[in-house]
Amino acid sequence: MTYRFLSALALIAALATPALADEPGPGGSKPPVAKTGEEVYRTYCQACHMADAKGATGAGTFPALAKNERLGTTAYAAYIVANGKGGMPWFKDMLSKDQAQALLGYLRTHYGNNYKEPVTAADVEAFGQKPTR
Amino acid sequence: MEAGRGMPTRRQMLHAIGLMGGTAAIYQMMTTFGHAAETRFPGPPNLSGARKGSSVIVLGAGLAGMLAAYELEKAGYKVQILEYQGRPGGRNWSIYGGDKITEMGGATQNVGFAKGNYLNPGPWRIPHHHKTLLHYCKAFGVALEPFIQFNHNAYVHNTDAFGGAPQRYRMLAADFEGGVAELLGKAIDQKALDTKLTGEDVDRLKEALRSWGMLDQDMRYTKGLRSSSHRGFDLPPGGGVNGAPKPSDLLPFDEVVKSGIASNMAFFMNDEFQTTMFQPVGGMGKIGEGFARQVGRLVTYNAKVTKLMQDKTGVSVSYADTVKGGAMTAKADFCVCTIPLTVLSQIETNLSEKKQAAIAAVPYSNSVKIGLEMRRRFWEEDQDIFGGHSFTNQEIGLISYPNNNFFQDGPAVLLGAFASGPGGYRLAGMTPEQRIEAALAQGSVFHPEQYRKEFLNGASVSWNRTPWVMGCCARWNEDTRREHYQELVALEDRIVLAGEHASYVGCWMEGSLLSSLDAITRLHKRALEA
Ligand SMILES: Cc1cc2nc3c(=O)[nH]c(=O)nc-3n(C[C@H](O)[C@H](O)[C@H](O)COP(=O)(O)OP(=O)(O)OC[C@H]3O[C@@H](n4cnc5c(N)ncnc54)[C@H](O)[C@@H]3O)c2cc1C
Ligand code: HEC
Repeated sequence: MTYRFLSALALIAALATPALADEPGPGGSKPPVAKTGEEVYRTYCQACHMADAKGATGAGTFPALAKNERLGTTAYAAYIVANGKGGMPWFKDMLSKDQAQALLGYLRTHYGNNYKEPVTAADVEAFGQKPTR
Repeated sequence: MEAGRGMPTRRQMLHAIGLMGGTAAIYQMMTTFGHAAETRFPGPPNLSGARKGSSVIVLGAGLAGMLAAYELEKAGYKVQILEYQGRPGGRNWSIYGGDKITEMGGATQNVGFAKGNYLNPGPWRIPHHHKTLLHYCKAFGVALEPFIQFNHNAYVHNTDAFGGAPQRYRMLAADFEGGVAELLGKAIDQKALDTKLTGEDVDRLKEALRSWGMLDQDMRYTKGLRSSSHRGFDLPPGGGVNGAPKPSDLLPFDEVVKSGIASNMAFFMNDEFQTTMFQPVGGMGKIGEGFARQVGRLVTYNAKVTKLMQDKTGVSVSYADTVKGGAMTAKADFCVCTIPLTVLSQIETNLSEKKQAAIAAVPYSNSVKIGLEMRRRFWEEDQDIFGGHSFTNQEIGLISYPNNNFFQDGPAVLLGAFASGPGGYRLAGMTPEQRIEAALAQGSVFHPEQYRKEFLNGASVSWNRTPWVMGCCARWNEDTRREHYQELVALEDRIVLAGEHASYVGCWMEGSLLSSLDAITRLHKRALEA
């Protein structure tokens, strides 16, 4: 391990530590690294958009991503996933470019969506290089 | 550590110091932004002289909403509360046997805990300096007991250190401090410390390092009675013939550093996580119940607010009765809205564009908690762990042991997960059955013999899938604070927002109460000026 890598680790650990809120504490809650678009969806998205991507409604709504025409516009979907909006958290510092690219490609071709045009690296510019944890 | 063997390298030292320096820098930053200051409670507000017949509608019967209702009614307002759920308390909530949890997406759980056992799915601990909350707990007859926040005898587990074997906190902390003290001592001797300290100061510092790190006469951290008196003995002191203690072996310093123990230590230093901490007797939900004893009669339950409008004459709130069906409208002169921003951002309002932008700009954190009921208190009986947390870098984040009913026979509920971040999302996306299985598999690392054997039943709350909040807590950063915070909290004619999200004490009940007191004080002033 190089010193630079070590100090990067140290920085992450230090940043993860301070509690601005009641939080579990250090250690980082670490899932298996998601590689395919489907794995990324299961790990990060189905918590809200549901396993069948049909969304759900309570006091507010998680919109369906199934049969969602807005996924036809890659830039829109990529923007929302990177930056969040309202009850949708931002993922640009949690997902890598590769993960985001695989994820959007998966969503655009599953759950009743049929947008064949591939998602490019340029479409997911806003995402980080690698997952932070 | 044996002389000459297992000595930390310069690289490891830099890492260790990097950890500490980083934390100090963050702390300084936090202080600058006010996060680290203790919370402020000027005492209950002195509102009086409301205009006769003046009315306020409060949206949400969480702590912020109920406190607003309580103080405003005392001041003379006619108060009504609309609440989406069939219960008061909001995120202040405990789950007992017989309860039914239905999450978004439809999964339901029938909770099977024994009588008296509970899970606090949301708030679970109260810092001793959250004075607003403590004040109202006392005023409303909510009994508190200690929450065991810090337990040296619990475990720290990191998949990347010690081959994945958990270690007692006490050992890791002692060995970290001993190792760092030794390194600093060496740096001093080698005149490698760039410091303005005088020779005398440096001697004092060396003595301090020796007593803090339990170093020996040669300023070495070695196996012996001194180090064992911090880290624990192989054979503890006893009585009679064989009473002499046997010291324990030290852990390799590089593994100690790798375990991340420094961030655990820093966690406990955070002023909101320092002892003494408290919990209500019988479950956190007792606080909400205490508030509801005061203002429960003002609440319309099962009322889903769908629209919030104001004009020169007053406020008009549309809501749906989620049980009986039907759309209703309620009117009042003023409104305190405590609906979480996740939900509020989807409600139609005629608030200004800037206000609406602020409402939509604050994403929420995520979290999952899982309660596991075990047949017996094996952590107490077999491992001498009484309350506190064992940390892991697996998805579950930690397990936490009950802080009450020590030494009792019969089933007890331990917290099998408090997960946020990536792992929290993955657990949240699972079915309740899958979550329990993941909690058992991962938690077994701490108690491999007993965990599955003694398991009776479990329950989980995925905050993302909780219909009335859809997340855990508002998560501000410096940019959003700068751009939107003042706009969010500003009184806009007849409507003011309050709640955890409208404070700098985010994700604490104290924050929701302080925000509420500030909001109603401004609202009252505005009402008198009208
Ligand atoms: C996992 C977790 C751990 C936490 N740990 C701690 C801790 O240890 N200590 C601590 O002090 N704090 C802790 N907190 C934070 C604490 O729970 C909150 O800060 C506090 O309870 C928030 O109170 P509130 O009144 O602002 O919001 P809430 O309690 O969320 O109240 C909002 C109310 O609005 C209602 N509502 C929502 N939508 C509508 C609608 N459309 N119409 C009508 N009503 C609606 C909701 O049902 C709810 O009752 C924790 C929170 C979580 C989630
Ligand atoms: C915490 C819950 C949550 C999670 C996790 C989440 N979303 Fe969302 N998502 C939402 C909400 C709420 C909205 C609606 C936001 C709004 O319009 O106010 C949304 C909106 C969207 C939209 C826009 C849909 C439309 O019709 O406009 C897309 C696309 C989307 N999410 C994709 C994703 C993807 C991909 C993931 C996983 C990386 C994800 N979401 C994870 C809550 C979530």
